[in-house]
Amino acid sequence: MTVDNKHMQHEPLFRVVKRDGLPLKKTILIRAAAILLAFLFCGLIALILIKANPISFYEAIFNGSFGTQRKVWKLLKDIAVLLCISLAITPAFRMKFWNIGAEGQVLVAALACAGCMYYMGGHVPDALIIAAMLIASILAGMIWAGLPAIFKARWNTNETLFTLMMNYIATFLVAYFLIKWTPSGSSSLGELKFGHLPRLYNEYLLIILVVAVITVLLHIYLNYSKHGYEISVVGESEKTAKYIGINVKKVIIRTMLVSGALCGIAGFLIVGGLDHSVTENTVGGLGFTAIMVSWLAKFKPGYMVLTSFLLVFLDQGAAQVSQNFDISSAFPNVIVGIILFFIIGSEFFIDYKIVTRAKAKEGTKA
Amino acid sequence: MNLWNGILDYILSAVPLGMTFLYGSTGEILTEKSGHLNLGIPGIMCVGAAGGCAAIQALHPAGTVHPALVVLIAVLAAFLAGGLMGMLYSFLTVTLHANQNVTGLALTTFGVGLMKFIMSKLSSVKYLYALPYFRYPFAESESSLKYCGVLFFFAILLALVCSYVLLKTRVGLHLRAVGENPATADAVGINVFLYKYVATVIGSGIAGLGGLYYIMDYAGSQEAYLSIEAMGWLSIALVIFALWKPHISLIGSAVFGALFIAGAYIPGIRELHVSMSSTPLLKMLPYVFTVLVLIVISIRNKRENQPPGALGVNYYREER
Amino acid sequence: MNKTIALELKNVSKYFGSVAANQHVDLTLYKGEILAVLGENGCGKTTLMNMIAGIYFPDEGKIYVDGEEVVIRSPKDAFRHGIGMIHQHFKLVDVFSASENIVLGVKDGKRFALRNVNKTVKELCGKYGFEIDPAKRIHEMSVSEKQTVEILKVLYRGADILILDEPTAVLTPQETSRLFDILRRMKEDGKAIIIITHKLHEVMAISDRVAVLRKGEHIATVNTQETNETALTEMMVGKKVSLNIARSEPVNPEKRLEVTGLTTVNADGIRVLDNVSFSVSSGEILGIAGIAGSGQRELLEAIAGLQHIDAGSIIYCDPKTGHDVNLRDKTPLQIRDLGVRLSFVPEDRLGMGLVANMNITDNMMLRSYRRGKSVFLDREKPKALAENIIKSLDVVTPGVTTPVRRLSGGNVQKVLVGREISSAPSLLMVAYPVRGLDINSSYTIYNLLNKQKESGVAVVYVGEDLDVLTELCDRIMVICSGRVTGILDGRTAVKEEIGLLMTKHDAGTREQEG
Repeated sequence: MTVDNKHMQHEPLFRVVKRDGLPLKKTILIRAAAILLAFLFCGLIALILIKANPISFYEAIFNGSFGTQRKVWKLLKDIAVLLCISLAITPAFRMKFWNIGAEGQVLVAALACAGCMYYMGGHVPDALIIAAMLIASILAGMIWAGLPAIFKARWNTNETLFTLMMNYIATFLVAYFLIKWTPSGSSSLGELKFGHLPRLYNEYLLIILVVAVITVLLHIYLNYSKHGYEISVVGESEKTAKYIGINVKKVIIRTMLVSGALCGIAGFLIVGGLDHSVTENTVGGLGFTAIMVSWLAKFKPGYMVLTSFLLVFLDQGAAQVSQNFDISSAFPNVIVGIILFFIIGSEFFIDYKIVTRAKAKEGTKA
Repeated sequence: MNLWNGILDYILSAVPLGMTFLYGSTGEILTEKSGHLNLGIPGIMCVGAAGGCAAIQALHPAGTVHPALVVLIAVLAAFLAGGLMGMLYSFLTVTLHANQNVTGLALTTFGVGLMKFIMSKLSSVKYLYALPYFRYPFAESESSLKYCGVLFFFAILLALVCSYVLLKTRVGLHLRAVGENPATADAVGINVFLYKYVATVIGSGIAGLGGLYYIMDYAGSQEAYLSIEAMGWLSIALVIFALWKPHISLIGSAVFGALFIAGAYIPGIRELHVSMSSTPLLKMLPYVFTVLVLIVISIRNKRENQPPGALGVNYYREER
Repeated sequence: MNKTIALELKNVSKYFGSVAANQHVDLTLYKGEILAVLGENGCGKTTLMNMIAGIYFPDEGKIYVDGEEVVIRSPKDAFRHGIGMIHQHFKLVDVFSASENIVLGVKDGKRFALRNVNKTVKELCGKYGFEIDPAKRIHEMSVSEKQTVEILKVLYRGADILILDEPTAVLTPQETSRLFDILRRMKEDGKAIIIITHKLHEVMAISDRVAVLRKGEHIATVNTQETNETALTEMMVGKKVSLNIARSEPVNPEKRLEVTGLTTVNADGIRVLDNVSFSVSSGEILGIAGIAGSGQRELLEAIAGLQHIDAGSIIYCDPKTGHDVNLRDKTPLQIRDLGVRLSFVPEDRLGMGLVANMNITDNMMLRSYRRGKSVFLDREKPKALAENIIKSLDVVTPGVTTPVRRLSGGNVQKVLVGREISSAPSLLMVAYPVRGLDINSSYTIYNLLNKQKESGVAVVYVGEDLDVLTELCDRIMVICSGRVTGILDGRTAVKEEIGLLMTKHDAGTREQEG
């Protein structure tokens, strides 16, 4: 009989008890209710702060993503980019490795990619440049992700803080090369002429397709490959992993290298396919938003399509609101923040339940 | 520029800038000592700045209210604004057991947005009039000495007081126990939840002052608020550098301040022959340093220098 | 001698669900005495003490302190009545100094100064004979120093009634005798002390009276001077209960595993296994009996490649090739690559043997997922295996996709044992396989083990119920504090004999305490 169970008889009136798994239907219901409540709350805030008529407020949010065909494409593109970074960090998160350095990992990859474009552009054929861009991006991402992993595996160095710092080192590394590359007299690097990814139908489709493929591949990797299985076991219980002979250190490093490589691909797609340039702001906080996307989806690639849609939809909608009502462009962040708080809070009701004293008594006797 | 004057001016700019980090890191240390890694600190500093500036604008125009009172009200407003953010963070992580990293990041997104929204509604002349009040007593100084205003000294005082409370008082002992081993603290009758709430709210309030200090003392410009988020992230880095001790943070903040502006100063000193293009590499230094500190403390594995034992792990009593 | 009652329990009971941990227990403790509480694992000693210390609240019965009825709802309440408990698992903050831990949570209204705490601690040390540096940090301390801090913590709060839960389990003989000196001084000072222990010679050496518990009930309280170890053992183990577990004769036993001089030292510098030697043959069940924490877990983990080994050898005799393989310093993976067919059912089923959040199929793969060259998993065979186990062992579950954490204890164990047996082991190690299981599930497990034995597997069975051990096992090895104190024939061994061997510490210990 366990003795250190601190379950005491003199419980307060309410007590929080861990749930033993909730049916999928109910979890969806709770989350939907949270999102709905959050929207209502935001409408209320908008009404008070910017005197926005609720109907035109919600209309503006909707139009932000679906107002025109171009907006729909932009929505899909933004989802693809965010989803790609979210997918990249997911293997590590499944292992309970708190990598909050996707921002930096994507940024160095973007830098490496732009470097290939800058130095090789005009000297060799585009196909060769693109191949070099891809390889360089992946390697850069792997280095940026691999360093914290090695120290985590060897000395248990705190990975959250390590990866956070690596973001800034990446930012200034980009700043350094920007100074070197920017032609004197101009303020930014500008568009690099060579090594653009080919266009399919329009400038976004290729990227959307690539990310769709990555989503499926990662889903397969995590759920159907031996590596993915090892990641799950290490994440759930290191003790079990050792018991069945998994080399935990190796899995940590390998998984972070996979994460880094995927971040590399994200950087490659952003620079090669969209921006054709690099700035300190190329990733623009997506590395952090990706953590939300991945976490809200419980680290499942399929659900991440939905959560990244939600976040991009909110962002664009709120941007439309700030445009329509002529308010600060910072308004989207406020809206996204509020809705995130609601969703984060709602997780509590999925994982825990509140038991009153009378109910608890019945429970123990049963 | 004369080399020695240059160096003196450099130090005089670096140390006051460091106070921004000192507010942020002192607040974060209090929070981390209760076992919560609050990545919302950048957002909290932003909201603190916005709250403070809004309060000053409410007291506009100059002369209607006594300068000392303007400063006091602004400080209280910044503290309150930061504290409210801390309350939100505590509610989500302590009461609702939400993931700390995710909550913190959401808080930063929200806080940065909220600040930009508020600042866009304010007019800079209507709060910058109070700049001399904050830079008292050196407001008239032509040199960088002008940065050493009241909040500069308050930051130092606050860091020392926090160190004293943490290391020498019963409350500090209990707080550290909560962050190291909440189950043990709970077993000896310490109210774990209360300590977590109070430490986080006060810590966030202090961090909020950092934002106000940066705008109303150090930078004193219309655009200043755009840099606060970056200051917030550095403040979190400083916590590691300071080994979770506010009095070390005092030295660390000066070092960070020096490194932060090294990029702007060092290439200007011609005798050093450092080219302008290496500015970003110099700016990288505080982060590289922090990574090195992190690695060294994990390799040395000295127990006193490790992060609080239960950092990042929410406490749930029924868990065995 | 003036006998004042310090603490009295009347008719105290505690139930966990339908299981009675304590039933109608009466207990009296006098000032200035040491009362030993004796009983087998799971007899309810610790639960009873936890009710006095405020961890649990009794379902019925009354507690009196100094003759007055009291209600103890929390450790704080217990302290208020002068009761302090020293738990088996220390509750200390590692990075704090001794003094900081001692003063933690004390609100005496006095100005806080560590200097004063140090002074008080030193006074307490002087009074009772502790040796400790108040400024030393816990993580730099030995186990016995940590225990000293726990005791000081209780004394600092002014406790007059001290409860020690198996304080000697982690101590060396020298440390034990020092602790006993201190306890005697406290007794002379008028403190009332309860000490929980399994070790009979310690009961004889330190206590004034002994209270014996068995299966949650209070059997008797006797004066130590009027009893002896044999009488106490009889009270502790009770009459033999017949279980009627089938037991066949081993067929063609061949040596399968030979362990020689196995020694491991843990992080605290304690020899958890000390020169352990034994062998297991095919077609037999070797039982391992011992008080909890005597080195059983370390022994099995050492064989499975999960434990650092300081000396000795583990030789596996491969039944196919006839070659001998040394398993020492091999990882679990290396052991399997050597072709050793070893299965291991660990004590911690959901924390080690299985992954609680994974479904039954995925748990089936834990051992076998590496098979084949493909980078992908084959879920077909594990799924078939899961279905097979569910059917053949009557696992109650909604299906193969149910996470194992949702299964009841018995079903979890069936899944785990089923998986380990499915790989056709030649050596099977099981640790406490029927712990927490109902009668029917227990018999399912016994039958499974017997079938394995009959098919020529060498089975190592670590158990706690002596009735089961004597009916199931062909031989019983008894270990005590990491040493083998005897290997008996399962067909002739009697419980009293095993009980004595389980608490038989080497002669050196006795002399010192003598």
